[in-house]
Amino acid sequence: MTNQSNNPVKGLLGSKLGMTQVWDAENRLVPVTVVQATANVVTQVRDAGTDGYSAVQLAFGAVAPRKVNKPESGHFTKAGVTPRRHLIEIRTPDAGEYSLGQEITADVFEAGQKVDVVGRTKGKGTAGVMKRHGFKGLSSSHGTQRKHRSPGSIGACATPGRVFKGVRMAGRMGGVRQTTQNLTVHAVDVERGLILIKGAVPGARGSVVLVKTAAKGA
Amino acid sequence: MHILDDLDAASLRDDVPEFRTGDTLKVHVKVIEGTRSRVQVFQGVVIRRSGDGVRETFTVRKVSFGVGVERTFPVHSPVLDKIELLTRGDVRRAKLYYLRALRGKAAKIKEKRDALPAR
Repeated sequence: MTNQSNNPVKGLLGSKLGMTQVWDAENRLVPVTVVQATANVVTQVRDAGTDGYSAVQLAFGAVAPRKVNKPESGHFTKAGVTPRRHLIEIRTPDAGEYSLGQEITADVFEAGQKVDVVGRTKGKGTAGVMKRHGFKGLSSSHGTQRKHRSPGSIGACATPGRVFKGVRMAGRMGGVRQTTQNLTVHAVDVERGLILIKGAVPGARGSVVLVKTAAKGA
Repeated sequence: MHILDDLDAASLRDDVPEFRTGDTLKVHVKVIEGTRSRVQVFQGVVIRRSGDGVRETFTVRKVSFGVGVERTFPVHSPVLDKIELLTRGDVRRAKLYYLRALRGKAAKIKEKRDALPAR
């Protein structure tokens, strides 16, 4: 948080459309993820005086007004905007420069900039240790019987006489929040609200992702 | 991936002739050497077309000084200066990998006799 508190952070919610490929100026093929970030609106501005910290709250995504409950619709009315589906808060020292109801478009990012992308990874259900933790499994031959994808040993014998906490095992995989850091913005299409990000970002097609200025790196 | 078709349309070339496996092509490739660029020609038989849309690629095989050489290009690559269709081949496969095992006259592909000049 030390470095972060000084640099203004820009963020934008969008939906992941999918991946494709484009050619750059040197005719090299670039794999890109397309994020559609149609207008985000500012619904609240927090400052150090009243809230103890400085942040800006953004809203994104269409929602039928009848599905919004009273407290929430009141919150949107206060900002003077129609209700949105997703809310997110971005801590940034320059929050005072935002105003309620202000629309934020894809032009906050520019080509070549480094960004972090936050999303919810695809759920994989119950997965074994080979898929979930990258274990190598047991040998395919040399007498291994019906144990080819098992983890092997999970600890010692009478000392300590138990399995240590945190030993990696099979279980629910995916469906968690994940941040991919330092991706490069390849291009921004302000008219269509598209951000082309080089490489893959977490989440399924159509899922909501948060694109924000890179926390680390140059 | 129909959502991204609009975006991909910008990368698609419209000057690609219709060709299929078995056809003989002259592929003009732009080569950049230091500061100047020139065009290099790669002529051979199309042994495969793969993928769809902006991701589509094709592979051209030729035998150069007794050594088989294959190059794979994206169909819509801006590196290609142009693609020239020389002859249409009469083949029964979509992928002509069997050509790799053949030499000389056996590796020759019959020309399609009744092919229309442009479909």
